[in-house]
Amino acid sequence: MSASIANANELITLLVKSGSMIMVGGFGLVGAPLRLISALDHSRAADLTIISNNLGEPDKGLGRTLRLGKISRAIGSYFTSNPDVAEAVQAGTLTVSLLPQGTFVEAIRAAGAGLGGFFTPAGAGTELMDQNETREIGGRLFVFQAPIHADFAFIRAHRADELGNLVYLKTARNFNPVMATAGRTVIAEVDEIVPVGELDPECVVTPHLFVDYLVRTEAPE
Amino acid sequence: MTDVRDDIAMRASRYIKTGWIVNVGIGIPTLLLRHLDMTVTHVHSENGLLGVGPPPAFHEVDPNLVDAGKQPVTVTLGCVYFDSAQSFGMVRGGHIDAAVMGALQVDHLGRIANWFIPGRPVLGVGGAMDLMEGAREVIIVMQHLTRDGRPKIVKDLTLPRTSIRSADVLVTDLATFHIDAQGLVLTELASGTSVSKVRECTGANFEVAQGVEDPSESTQGNGGKQ
Repeated sequence: MSASIANANELITLLVKSGSMIMVGGFGLVGAPLRLISALDHSRAADLTIISNNLGEPDKGLGRTLRLGKISRAIGSYFTSNPDVAEAVQAGTLTVSLLPQGTFVEAIRAAGAGLGGFFTPAGAGTELMDQNETREIGGRLFVFQAPIHADFAFIRAHRADELGNLVYLKTARNFNPVMATAGRTVIAEVDEIVPVGELDPECVVTPHLFVDYLVRTEAPE
Repeated sequence: MTDVRDDIAMRASRYIKTGWIVNVGIGIPTLLLRHLDMTVTHVHSENGLLGVGPPPAFHEVDPNLVDAGKQPVTVTLGCVYFDSAQSFGMVRGGHIDAAVMGALQVDHLGRIANWFIPGRPVLGVGGAMDLMEGAREVIIVMQHLTRDGRPKIVKDLTLPRTSIRSADVLVTDLATFHIDAQGLVLTELASGTSVSKVRECTGANFEVAQGVEDPSESTQGNGGKQ
């Protein structure tokens, strides 16, 4: 079934309810689906759990969503670059869960690949992971990490065909292809949508079966 | 004019062998790139790039091309992009020859702390824990003292550790240490310093490797003022 091509504001308002868990791609603002985030900001949805490596920058990307008071929980690896996060945590309006970056992305990959979790050496024997089950494997200490699922994945790609096959651009790829596998509903924001057959199948990064909706990035406001 | 941070980076770059796959962190580690030939040493950036090139000229900045510090970069011929899961698979899987990173503290066995400052909300861990577990060689680059003049090399960490694994090499503005099972071994003095000066600024014991030229011994003849 083809991915549906949709208007961002209408789609997000229709689909996203308060209390949703949403994966958002991007490394800082690079590869972040800014059009979808802006639509989220304009929707009524609040009390959101955001699964994203960072929360944007002050008042930019997810940083705006945070300032609007819509995010109550964030799961990621590096929130230091947005000082608003520290402020919200200290004010008690935001709860943050931190994971080593490789564990964070692998937990998303595990969810998308139908796995019940995995053992990783990253963080073994540290305070960060001291609540996790440990196991010694081959004489080395590992910690268990459960998969991370989400109601939605908002991702950013460069080009899509009408089926929803996706290709990315440079380091804007980052978490996007992984999150595309793990959201129950996946919305991809793209620069361009081309007819089926125009993308080289050898170069497609995200096969279309993962993608539910396509939204065009519009000219910057 | 000698830039202390650049001097640390230059001295650390000597431990990167030609042809290695190297991951560099934010801050002083990024300065290493100035001292590497990036056409033969391949720089890995964990946000999904192997083949980081020199910083771009202003007109060459591409908003879709950044390093793990979110700074604009260029790429080398033969560069390749990949997603974050594959990138950290490379890290944990032992495919990175060396990781260069900073530290807040290093203990007498070369274990490091670099993710958490008590009293502040814990907001960033990034890829340091993955790199500590997976990189074949870990090179720590840092100032020898904190901003308020206290030793960053301590007997026991007072900050939470990043890994149970020790680093392999530690380069500061005062000295270079190699780390073996017994702990720190001073293998090089930075210019203008001495073993006794390094001991004064270090909160942990260390050995001094044979062949290290110590000005405090030759000028004072008594092994320095301890």
